[in-house]
Amino acid sequence: MLYRESGDFKTSYSQDQQTFPIVFDRVGYFILLALALLVVPLIINDYWVNAVILPFLIYSIAAIGLNILTGYCGQVSLGSGGFMAVGAYASYKLMTAFPDMSMVIVILLSGGVTALVGLLFGLPSLRIKGFYLAVATLAAQFFLVWLFNRVPWFYNYSATGMIKAPERTIFGQPITGAEVSPAISYLFCLGFVLFLAWIARNMTRGVNGRKWMAIRDMDIAAEIIGVNPLRTKLTAFAASSFYVGVAGALLFSVYLGSVEVGEAFGVGKSFLILFMIIIGGLGSMFGSFAGAAFMVLMPVLLKNIMVGQFGWAPDLAAHFEFVIVGGLIVLFLILEPHGIAQLWRIAKEKLRLWPFPH
Amino acid sequence: MPAEFYYGVEVFINGLMAGVMYSLVALGFVLIFKASGIFNYAQGVMALFAALTLVGFQNGQVPFAHLINAIFGTDLHHFGWHMPAFLAIAFTLLVMICFAYVVEFLILKHLVNQEPIILFMATIGLAYFMEGFGDLMWGSDIKKLDVGIPQGGNFWIEESTAFLGGENFYGFYLDNLDIVAAILALILVSSLVMFSQYTKTGRALRAVADDHQAALSVGISLRTIWVIVWSIAGFVALIAGIMWGSKSGVQFSLSLIALKALPVLMLGGFTSIPGAIIGGLMIGVGEKMFEFLIGAPYLGGATENWFAYMLALLFLVFRPQGLFGEKIIERV
Amino acid sequence: MKLTKLAIAALAGTLAAGPVLADLVFPGLHYRTGAYGPNGIPYADGYVDYFALLNERDGGIGGVMTSVPECETAYNTEKGVECYESTKGMGSLVYQPLSTGITYQLIPKATADGIPILSMGYGRTSAANGKVFSHVFNFPGNYWTGASAVINHILDMNNGDIKGKKISLLYHNSAYGREPIRTLEALAEKHGFKLTLLAVDHPGQEQKSQWLQIRRERPDYVTMWGWGVMNQVALQEAANMRFPMENFIGIWWSGSEQDVLPAGDAAHGYKALALHNTGSDYPLYDDLKKYLYDTGKASGEHAGTVLYSRGLYAGMLAAEAARTAQEISGRKDITSEDMRDGLEALKITQERMAEIGLPNFGPSFEVSCENHGGPMISAVQQWDAKAKKWSLITDFAGADMDVVGRLIDEDSAAYAAENNITERCN
Repeated sequence: MLYRESGDFKTSYSQDQQTFPIVFDRVGYFILLALALLVVPLIINDYWVNAVILPFLIYSIAAIGLNILTGYCGQVSLGSGGFMAVGAYASYKLMTAFPDMSMVIVILLSGGVTALVGLLFGLPSLRIKGFYLAVATLAAQFFLVWLFNRVPWFYNYSATGMIKAPERTIFGQPITGAEVSPAISYLFCLGFVLFLAWIARNMTRGVNGRKWMAIRDMDIAAEIIGVNPLRTKLTAFAASSFYVGVAGALLFSVYLGSVEVGEAFGVGKSFLILFMIIIGGLGSMFGSFAGAAFMVLMPVLLKNIMVGQFGWAPDLAAHFEFVIVGGLIVLFLILEPHGIAQLWRIAKEKLRLWPFPH
Repeated sequence: MPAEFYYGVEVFINGLMAGVMYSLVALGFVLIFKASGIFNYAQGVMALFAALTLVGFQNGQVPFAHLINAIFGTDLHHFGWHMPAFLAIAFTLLVMICFAYVVEFLILKHLVNQEPIILFMATIGLAYFMEGFGDLMWGSDIKKLDVGIPQGGNFWIEESTAFLGGENFYGFYLDNLDIVAAILALILVSSLVMFSQYTKTGRALRAVADDHQAALSVGISLRTIWVIVWSIAGFVALIAGIMWGSKSGVQFSLSLIALKALPVLMLGGFTSIPGAIIGGLMIGVGEKMFEFLIGAPYLGGATENWFAYMLALLFLVFRPQGLFGEKIIERV
Repeated sequence: MKLTKLAIAALAGTLAAGPVLADLVFPGLHYRTGAYGPNGIPYADGYVDYFALLNERDGGIGGVMTSVPECETAYNTEKGVECYESTKGMGSLVYQPLSTGITYQLIPKATADGIPILSMGYGRTSAANGKVFSHVFNFPGNYWTGASAVINHILDMNNGDIKGKKISLLYHNSAYGREPIRTLEALAEKHGFKLTLLAVDHPGQEQKSQWLQIRRERPDYVTMWGWGVMNQVALQEAANMRFPMENFIGIWWSGSEQDVLPAGDAAHGYKALALHNTGSDYPLYDDLKKYLYDTGKASGEHAGTVLYSRGLYAGMLAAEAARTAQEISGRKDITSEDMRDGLEALKITQERMAEIGLPNFGPSFEVSCENHGGPMISAVQQWDAKAKKWSLITDFAGADMDVVGRLIDEDSAAYAAENNITERCN
């Protein structure tokens, strides 16, 4: 009853296209935003930030990025881990070369560098499609990881090849290093998430997004109606890589602090981010968040229940975690192949009609 | 001829052999993709699971021992018998057939006609499940696998070719295990090809691969075909698991061999059984020769992983469906 | 969203119900799953069993019970961070993550939180310099002294002259595997041997190229920095190529039963460094059997193996440090800062080890404010495939500190400059 517009009275295109057409949603969204911005920073602690929220926020950015490429433009990529590594190493080189540069600029520039690399590796997509493209992007993944491992310039000739984020501050507060307060790193990442999600949402419903979706739905038909496939696919690769690069830079500088490329940005990460968007829902902003939440929170939640509540042996719990997560993925797909976002949409439709479904 | 040349030949031959090992993994992917259009991410985990089960049967391990002990406080580990290898292989095969049936019944049945990426995702879920399940069932310790395959260099070849390259050449090195793998792969592929060409079931398989709906309309049971295909893929996974497991012992890392098979698939095409073999050989030779000629001397080594993908990518740019894949026809 | 709420509710519940214990907490950031699980299991068992024995037999340390809350890291740094954050609030005394990657991660965090890290034979090598790294300890040996110990052993085999010899390093292409390169290069310059580097990518199942290269170049010695499946495959390949096993020397992480058993008899004679003795002929095992294995509190499946022994040894060092901390602070219920002081004042003597029930198990040594690396000594052990048993073939001996000491000073000075750390202990 509450959850419904009273009739269809849209009189302008902007009304028709708004993200939250239902008042309840809109209000809910702003309340959520206010909670996230004003209340959460006050109550948040180290465990929550480092174990749950930072990975969730950062992976959300990566998932949005990959969703632009895979969900909106239809190009399956398994190179996200490699592109995250580009972002991380770019931010490391920028941080050490220009100690006075603001972290915001460092992160955005790292995204820019990644976008350029993404453009380069996006070129084969003009010829190669579907799973062949997915496997081809693995070439980027393996090559980039090897490169960062091999060329000492990237890790400033340190003995082990690990990179470590030097301490930087933002508005006088440390944002990287060991002394970061949980609220600051949370707000920093949240800021990026909100800004980038806002941009992405508007990009995907603007002219670029429509071109991407045209290519996704039928590339030949899109070409015939005048969408340039070269430019469209490459812009998708660039935009997607930008997001993934920002996520990589944040993962390295704010969340982990020091990384080793093969371990932190290995092929497993590429698969993880792909899982997120498929489980969350391809071509959906909400899906990117839901998928990231599922893949980040689920294992932690299961671990805490099994080990913390029931007192199981941690190795048994870890095995069960795999069994349960795997089982849930399959179950989700059987119940709703289009991901959590579709479940959400269906739930909303039902709510709108409730209590008179006919 | 200088010794360096013969070493090049040696690397070439060993590249071929490594390629065969990759092909064994790739075959499983191809079988399933051909019959059902599913890119089966779980193939590597299936190899691990098959090898674990084989070793478990051989050593008479109690399945789920760890779990049972944890719940009931018992101290179970082994049944106390040792099964001969062939019997254990037969039993494992039975398990893999059951597995195929369960997968069809619980997953595939419900996902008929979904988009490829959804099916791919389902196999990822399956892979997760199997990783945990395999460990729960057989424990995550490393296990020695011995089914009587000869290991070690073939010294007859080494000694009889040592005269070729003068003082600094020690004869061609060839691993017995690789030779066995090559023979097995040859038998496997020829019997698979024969099976699909000359038997009724084989023809049904090909019909399903060509067109699901047409096959259904002439009375071929899709579900039976899927069980058969997954069983064969399970068998192939078992062989891959045995060959790779003999080298390194059976342990979790065995599931990562799938990554070695992906460039092979790209190069050979997702839909061609001979393509898997020839793609494997090309990838094997390509990456080993690159490492030998350029990687190790100039680039600091460890180039094999990415070079395999780059090589495949290069071929794809010219032939987007792989060397032997079916031509992708798009209709507007 | 529902999911998130559920998660929040459940997590909040678990956190609230978290143990508020007066125990001495030694969190076990272990891994029993994943690609490195087979190596992680025996170590974790040893560590857990040692503290369980202290509880059962002595009623803890100095009368205070110990607890080892385990957390599964799967050798993954992100899970490692989660584990650290979820256990640090329990009053954790010392972290031993058994992963170089996680150790690097924790160094700044734990230092800021005032919790010591003991990375026994792994982690950041230059942490041996206590003047810079206040909360990190890596006694009794580290990678660079390990590299030097390998060369020292080769020197011993050649009566001190290895000019012109060829030595190959087969390494895991990661931070861990690259650790010894600098030391080996410096030593190659000093002793005039020729060093070849052979990188193996994760996970290391395919090493044909590297071993064909070894076969072509016929190095006199091969040394290995491997972990996980890489070890087993390397040993198998070495056996296949009939590389003389006594000239194949691994670091202490490449020398356990798991590594040599899959290769069978062919691995006979393979050598590896050792931080401690191994086998189960120690009085402590009688107690372990009596209190744990026979009562079903532990399986004892891996008892006596190298990595189980390493877990025991790690537990023993931590427990001794806690005991020392209790003596220094005069409190029974020590804090992590007390523990740090205890680690810094740790003194292991042969008499003390005999009392514990592990006579001659490891070297005797002392830790000081400047030196967090302990004696930096190690021994060499050799595998006997017939008896299925490792045995030490040399005494515990030191490293070439001219070379290693200089490298440690350089690296720690760089770290200090990067992080604005002023030297302590003056």
